[in-house]
Amino acid sequence: MKPRFLTGLLSLLMPAMVLAGEYDLTVDRVKIDTGDFVKEGIGYNGASPGPVMRFKEGENVRINVTNNLDEITSIHWHGLILPFNQDGVPGISFPGIKPGETFTYEFPIQQAGTYWFHSHSGFQEPDGAYGAIVIEPEKREPFRYDREYVVQLTDKHPHSGDRIMRNLKMMPDYYNREQQTVGEFFSDASENGLMNTVRDRMAWGDMRMMKADVEDLQGFTGLINGKGPDQNWTGLFEPGERIRLRFINSSAMTYFDIRIPGLDMTVVQADGNNVQPVSVDEFRIGVAETYDVIVRPKDEQAYTIFAESMGRSGYARATLAPEEGMEAAVPQLREAARLTMADMGGMPGMDHGSMAGMDHGNMDMDSSEDMSGMDHSSMEGMDHSNMDSMDHSNMEGMDHGSMAMGKGGQSDPFYAKGSGLVPTAANGGKFLSYADLKAQDPLYEDREPTREIELRLTGNMERYTWSINGVKYEDADPIRLKYGERVRFKFVNETMMTHPMHLHGMWSILDVGAGQWNPIKHTINVNPGTTVYMETEVDAPGQWAFHCHLSYHAAAGMFRKVIIEGGPDSTQAKTDVIAEDGGEA
Amino acid sequence: MSCIRSLVAASFLASVGFSTAVTAQEMISDTTARKQPLTTWGVQFEEFEYRYSDDGEELGVWNADAFYGTDDFKVRLLTTGEYEVEEQAYETLENQLVGQIPISKFFDAKAGVRFDTPEGPDRTYAVLGVAGLAPQWFEVDANLYVSDEGETSAELDAEYELLLTNYWILAATLDATVAFSEDREIGVGKGLVSTEVGLRLRYDLVDRAFSPYVGVVHERKYGDTADLAETGGGSTEDWFAVIGARIAF
Repeated sequence: MKPRFLTGLLSLLMPAMVLAGEYDLTVDRVKIDTGDFVKEGIGYNGASPGPVMRFKEGENVRINVTNNLDEITSIHWHGLILPFNQDGVPGISFPGIKPGETFTYEFPIQQAGTYWFHSHSGFQEPDGAYGAIVIEPEKREPFRYDREYVVQLTDKHPHSGDRIMRNLKMMPDYYNREQQTVGEFFSDASENGLMNTVRDRMAWGDMRMMKADVEDLQGFTGLINGKGPDQNWTGLFEPGERIRLRFINSSAMTYFDIRIPGLDMTVVQADGNNVQPVSVDEFRIGVAETYDVIVRPKDEQAYTIFAESMGRSGYARATLAPEEGMEAAVPQLREAARLTMADMGGMPGMDHGSMAGMDHGNMDMDSSEDMSGMDHSSMEGMDHSNMDSMDHSNMEGMDHGSMAMGKGGQSDPFYAKGSGLVPTAANGGKFLSYADLKAQDPLYEDREPTREIELRLTGNMERYTWSINGVKYEDADPIRLKYGERVRFKFVNETMMTHPMHLHGMWSILDVGAGQWNPIKHTINVNPGTTVYMETEVDAPGQWAFHCHLSYHAAAGMFRKVIIEGGPDSTQAKTDVIAEDGGEA
Repeated sequence: MSCIRSLVAASFLASVGFSTAVTAQEMISDTTARKQPLTTWGVQFEEFEYRYSDDGEELGVWNADAFYGTDDFKVRLLTTGEYEVEEQAYETLENQLVGQIPISKFFDAKAGVRFDTPEGPDRTYAVLGVAGLAPQWFEVDANLYVSDEGETSAELDAEYELLLTNYWILAATLDATVAFSEDREIGVGKGLVSTEVGLRLRYDLVDRAFSPYVGVVHERKYGDTADLAETGGGSTEDWFAVIGARIAF
């Protein structure tokens, strides 16, 4: 009671002192040197990535953004809860920042953790316009560390974003150099038999889909904090220290599988929110996600932070070392990932019956079991909310390994059963799953959603069109939500690509089947052939962007505007939102 | 906790007054490029090559197209030429301008005009076609032509790419023309007119923008068309060695 009163009094009496946080950012043309190539790009305060913005929970920040480009720019504060007109999406939050103009963002910081910021204009973000945000919490955190580093990843490509988009539109496989070759045909034939391999190729050819369609954009250099693998960003430590690594995936298109050979990682935060600690050997970070992990190197030696792209076409690398200049071995890239029929499970109009006849019927395995595998991936597998009731026991027995198409060894309920994308730890240990994420401190009371909205993630790889419910943003009406409701979003991925879905302005409560302990995120990864649910407390008036965070998917139409109807007017709203947020924390 | 936050918030509003900026802002409508259909363009020379025939004929050949437009409508310019080096004359010179719209998941329909202006009589055609990706990765392009003389013909192009590696690619092409009526003036007889079969081994040297290749091409004329060619002293069947590059930008 006493401290509460005191704080209240202080904030009333000396708001300016308590709240003053003034920051300046310039948006500039910069040179980006990856070690492999040098290119022109866009950055902040003269560099890409931009500075790490360090805020304090409870402060009111003023950020003056000066546009030194000759085109409109914007900054979106990814994951921050703020008034919609401070969210930085041109055409939705505000008109954008014109060349030569300075725009002042002003909003209260109502959260803590690791986030990032980036341009929401054109392809400025893939061209380099991004930076990190670290918010120091008001309260003590439920974990300890002696030192912290931001580890911000990106997939820097020699081509500009505009050119990449155009090339993908012209030839969707323009950047794919992991396609199946004649050589792979013969090696598959010797492994699985000639006829099985022919049938397999015919099945995929019939769909005009590529097993190799894991990454649209290859040929990038993975950067960590702006440094390429050879430039080797290095974080120093004293043996025995706990180091907090704030991983941020600021890539345009690339998912990374991250490990630090020789070190256990304890995941303590996901998308800026504390999670119940999970000890892992490796984790996959989707585009736009953040994960905070704590490592404790005990030995006086260097450790490699190795971030392999999901499709294994490239990597980022950095080092943790007691001294500058020390380095550890850099692992080899693992074999390129291949999609399986299970990843196609969400495709509508796919004739499973005839597939079984022509694709699986003659394989040396029980074809009925095989079909049940496929059915699970497209049906039961979708319903993650009922995970507990799903009977895994009889599925585990299925021998996907012997299938020409199913090599998913480990199982993860957030991948289609038998998916070729199921990650496994390089050392055979624990690989983080969404199912492992449990909120440390629920932000909201658990309650029944007021309604469900189905969002089918749709697209056509051959035309490089991406959409939601088959409709591109240009043709779409906004999604209308009512202030105060709790909406359950059902993502059904009907494409063969992975989509990191990002709702601005409000939290995405990912349904991992943990009830009130479901983790709170801002970006939800939806794997091919799966259905994922998230719930959102509609507590932020205004209008917001909602889109796939793969830059070229969003630009091709996998994007929506969300309008929040009703609720208090914006002045009133802010007070209420803050109060409500605080009340339920 | 909530009390603190409300107080803090209230104090923001009271003293800093940043709320004015908030209330002043209306919900705007999205008029940015994001809300417009994505316009794109491309230029591609499928073939840009030198051909040397088994009887010493030398040809400079291109087969290219350029497009501009959106997912829903594209304008496409297609150009094909065969330049006889020794005679300094175009054996073939076709330019097509078509509009293109999607009609199914993998196919587009095209309609437009084609102008043939080689050495000899010219022709103008109305064009109706479909192009797209057939099952098993065959790129097909089928067109129906009606000439200003009232003659009709059809052409089928198909291409298949075999990936020896991800950079060495063997492309097989088939081009067949059928005439539904005779057009003696330009040496076309009724029935199957001609086929061109090609096999080209290319290497993607610069992305997919510049890919040099070598290959062989077999051209053959059939039936009345062959007879007309023979009467005119021309050949009815040729083998060519080709060297060239596939270019895209």
